[in-house]
Amino acid sequence: MNINMTLIGQSITFAIFVWFCMKFVWPPIVSALEARKKLIADGLAAADRGKHELELAAKRASETMHEAKLKASDIIAQAEKRAVQIVEEAKGAAKGEGDRMISSAKAEIEQESHRAREALRGEIAALVVAGAGKVLRREVSAQAHADLLEVIKNEL
Amino acid sequence: MSAEAHTSTEYIRHHLQNLTYGQHVDGTWGLAHTAQEARDMGFMAINVDTMGFSILLGVLFLFFFRMVAKSAAPGVPGGLQNFVEWVVEFVDSSVKGSFTARNPMVAPLALTIFIWIFLMNLMDLLPIDWLPGVAGALGLPFMKVVVSTDPNATFGMSLTVFALVLYYSVKMKGLGGFVGELTLQPFGKWGMPANLLLEGVNLIAKPVSLALRLFGNMYAGEMIFILIAIMFSGGAVLAVTGGVLQWAWAVFHILIITLQAFIFMTLTIVYLDMAHQEHH
Repeated sequence: MNINMTLIGQSITFAIFVWFCMKFVWPPIVSALEARKKLIADGLAAADRGKHELELAAKRASETMHEAKLKASDIIAQAEKRAVQIVEEAKGAAKGEGDRMISSAKAEIEQESHRAREALRGEIAALVVAGAGKVLRREVSAQAHADLLEVIKNEL
Repeated sequence: MSAEAHTSTEYIRHHLQNLTYGQHVDGTWGLAHTAQEARDMGFMAINVDTMGFSILLGVLFLFFFRMVAKSAAPGVPGGLQNFVEWVVEFVDSSVKGSFTARNPMVAPLALTIFIWIFLMNLMDLLPIDWLPGVAGALGLPFMKVVVSTDPNATFGMSLTVFALVLYYSVKMKGLGGFVGELTLQPFGKWGMPANLLLEGVNLIAKPVSLALRLFGNMYAGEMIFILIAIMFSGGAVLAVTGGVLQWAWAVFHILIITLQAFIFMTLTIVYLDMAHQEHH
């Protein structure tokens, strides 16, 4: 309980401890704490940013999906239209082809009948000449009466 | 006075005497073997136990904290680092809460005060006869374990703090500003003597109250432990009662030792803050 040199000794000890603490203990710990605080803040900010980006991506994805759907339905509609068109075209083409075939057949028939008629005419003319020869009882020169025969042939 | 009372008195006295080294009245140097011898040594003596335990505890504190400080990294902290960081943050927030100026010394000072005083007080929870018993077996006449029950220790700290208060008062306000603060308020320049008296008492009260508060609390707590320890020699019933009381007082004392360390730290911060204030 006596005040003695211990007082001064304690003061010096205390001062040395404070100096040591201030020099070698406090700064590294506090700087580590600050660094961790910054690390955590950065991490949280990054997480926030990530979340935000995720939201954006989701929005973009849904937008893209919507667009794709629109495009798909567009394509389908177009395809349907095209199909109808193709069918119509095919129908038209078939009809045209049919018409053409019919008309060519008709023309052929016409030609055929024409040719038949020509042949018939020839035969008839020969028959007529033969008939007329018999009727006239004499040889009629076909050459001499070719003009006449031709006229007759055309009158048939 | 009965023999029982006499030994009790001796027991108490023995526990309250520091191990003192100094010059005897006859001129030789050595340890004081009685309280009277210690008193006769006067100022030129040193309390070996106070110095020894305080340095031991301080070195222990700085060793552990330095160990953590060296390996401190911003990554995930381990157990000891976690604890140290918790203490550091606690002290830091206390300093930030009470200290408005900027001074890189205050926070480490507060940390040193808090942990050192806490450790010195913590020695109070050791059963009071353990270390003195060991010392007695080693032939040392006295051994006072709780450093903060030695006014030399508490005044040593509070006077250092007081020196810092004076230093920063003069540094921040200038000598004129500091003297003006002491003499020109609260009554203006015509009440100078009264001002000086009031402010002087105010100023001196800081280190004195700081030291005496800690010393008084720890001394009283130690005294109660000693009184309880006396019960152990008073028969089975008293011994059991003493055991229960000692346990209860130790539990309560945990609160006191922490609180006293915290108060010393907080008041130091506040006093230094006042020293940095310039608004007068």
